[in-house]
Amino acid sequence: MTEHVGPGPVRPHFTENDRPLPPEAWAELREIAARYPEPRSGLLPMLHLVQSVEGRVTPEGIEACAEILDISAADVNGVATFYTMYKRKPVGDYHVGVCTNTLCAVMGGDLIFERLKSHLGVGNDETTPVEEGRASITLEHVECNAACDYAPVMMVNWEFMDNQTPESAVQVVDDLRNGREVHSTRGPRLCTWREAERVLAGFPDGLADEGPAAGPASLAGLRIARERGWTAPEPDGGPQAVEQPATKEGAVDEADTSRAASETLVQETQGDVDPAEEKQK
Amino acid sequence: MTDVLTPVLTDNWDQDRAWTLAAYERQGGYASLDKAFAMTPDDVIAAVKESGLRGRGGAGFPTGMKWGFIPQDNPKPKYLVVNADESEPGTCKDIPLMLATPHTLVEGVIVSSYAIRANRAFIYVRGEVLHVVRRLQKAVEEAYAAGHLGTNIHGSGYDLDLVVHAGAGAYICGEETALLEGLEGRRGQPRLRPPFPAVAGLYASPTVINNVESIASVPSIIDRGAAWFAGMGTEKSQGYGIFSLSGHVTTPGQFEAPLGITLRELIELAGGIREGHELKFWTPGGSSTPLLTPEHLDVPLDFEAVGAAGSMLGTRALQIFDETTCVVRAVLRWTEFYKHESCGKCTPCREGTWWLVQTLARLEKGQGSEADLDLLLDQCDNILGRSFCALGDGATSPISSSIKYFRDEYLAHLTHGGCPFDPAASTVFSPTSSPVGARA
Repeated sequence: MTEHVGPGPVRPHFTENDRPLPPEAWAELREIAARYPEPRSGLLPMLHLVQSVEGRVTPEGIEACAEILDISAADVNGVATFYTMYKRKPVGDYHVGVCTNTLCAVMGGDLIFERLKSHLGVGNDETTPVEEGRASITLEHVECNAACDYAPVMMVNWEFMDNQTPESAVQVVDDLRNGREVHSTRGPRLCTWREAERVLAGFPDGLADEGPAAGPASLAGLRIARERGWTAPEPDGGPQAVEQPATKEGAVDEADTSRAASETLVQETQGDVDPAEEKQK
Repeated sequence: MTDVLTPVLTDNWDQDRAWTLAAYERQGGYASLDKAFAMTPDDVIAAVKESGLRGRGGAGFPTGMKWGFIPQDNPKPKYLVVNADESEPGTCKDIPLMLATPHTLVEGVIVSSYAIRANRAFIYVRGEVLHVVRRLQKAVEEAYAAGHLGTNIHGSGYDLDLVVHAGAGAYICGEETALLEGLEGRRGQPRLRPPFPAVAGLYASPTVINNVESIASVPSIIDRGAAWFAGMGTEKSQGYGIFSLSGHVTTPGQFEAPLGITLRELIELAGGIREGHELKFWTPGGSSTPLLTPEHLDVPLDFEAVGAAGSMLGTRALQIFDETTCVVRAVLRWTEFYKHESCGKCTPCREGTWWLVQTLARLEKGQGSEADLDLLLDQCDNILGRSFCALGDGATSPISSSIKYFRDEYLAHLTHGGCPFDPAASTVFSPTSSPVGARA
């Protein structure tokens, strides 16, 4: 889905870096690896930290992760290229993601994305030029971000901007570019993309207490329950538990997916059954 | 008679600063810990089995039974991993839960880990939800400081460490073995089973992987009893669950109810289909569950009845589309999603989803011929049951179900020479629609 709309040549996946990874970053990368029983488990958050320090995943960052985890740079590279949040081109001060999965697209996400592309003069996965006194923005369309009850949804540095319109989305990016204060609809004042990546690496920024507990859509059912006096039953009020399936076979008969059923049967028969055959059932 | 809505997990979402430990404990939070510690781990497992709790992440496998698969004679450490990689299109229940009351999840993690005798647990949360990550980090920090995590919890002699781990953008990591790969610092591609994670999961050790809502339901079962939980819902789908309504209803949102509530009841609670419009099609549990239509409005939303109606309960992600929506456009977009998210490990899914997009995109433009519908179904037949994991299966659901119910609409694209719908009419800011987006 990487169309190239803006002017200039397509950048190579990795460009040369002009500065080494600072020693503090090395120390923090080691700190992340030490959180886990096996250090390699730290790789995903470590790459988030590399992005926070470098503004993208750089060759230097890959080398640092590889050396700390005692794996090859190719191994790290393989991971970095698998996950969509890792960027090999420099990301702007703010990453703006417009949900264009079906529900948000239908509810207006497609029109929001089109408007932002023309307003910012960039295509998907492209960044506005760096200008003195203005913040830069990387625009991308994103997949479902688990906020469908607030559709159409836009994410800025992975913070929720709920219930957007083309006009409100343009206002948000203009405010961000001009340094005006913008708040997530369910979170704090928007930080920069690099600051956000640092939190994802596991270094809290102290903003957890900002924003509401829940937005209005999250409370839709609860509000009705309160109005009508509906509650969960009191303990000891309900009927007794009915008999549960006693065997795996009984459970998988009731389970929802034929795949779960077939795999459990395969497990039961210790591999005697060809899984391909079982899946046909 | 149980009330129509039964807030349990959502019950304290409207409290002041609900995400803080102080607010959570004010509401009786962490009460289940001492009750659980007074029981043997096996008794905790038995209680969860008795409750009838079935996995809330889509598949509906009995949670207590999953825990029972952990071989306790295996000398390796045991692990609990929470699947907080909520990414199934339409699914939006775990994210608001972790945003509003992360301590409910942390409490569930402690009780569940105690039951399976794990001293290490992980919450694998998708990386694209920054503020949820913040709230989880804070909750874990507060729980340590209060002695709910760490060594000798509540003087029980039980130790537990919990790490919040942010993913990096991969739908496939919602598949439990791909999630383990991600948690081990690798490309998120599913593993061959057997061995199952219960025997050889994280670091080849016995591992339980459960959805956020499943784990968050555990404290209520321990605190109020298995019979209380089992008293809600239907015969084989017991307890409560969060139902997420999105799309063309007047008031989209989260509705916590016993399993078995119908879409007709839920739409009524959501203020009806947006004014002047009518229901056209819907997903019962995310885009991987076959589409349903108005004729299914009275199907009880439990595992059995939705299955009998030809779909799956899935994650109770009810995406509602009215008559302004082009089903071909909707299905094409979902198919593009599966193509993008296919991990590339197996050929049927990697190549198949690519061909599905090619064929569908041509139809959507009004090109191709009626025979392409049979081609699509043939492609689906070569993916369903033949791909390595359920992602490929899921990719076929919207296509085969939409051809089943809306064949004429596909053909209309051919006769019309393109999409006969105005995409602007389906938006919330369409001049012809009521302002759904401006709800209070």
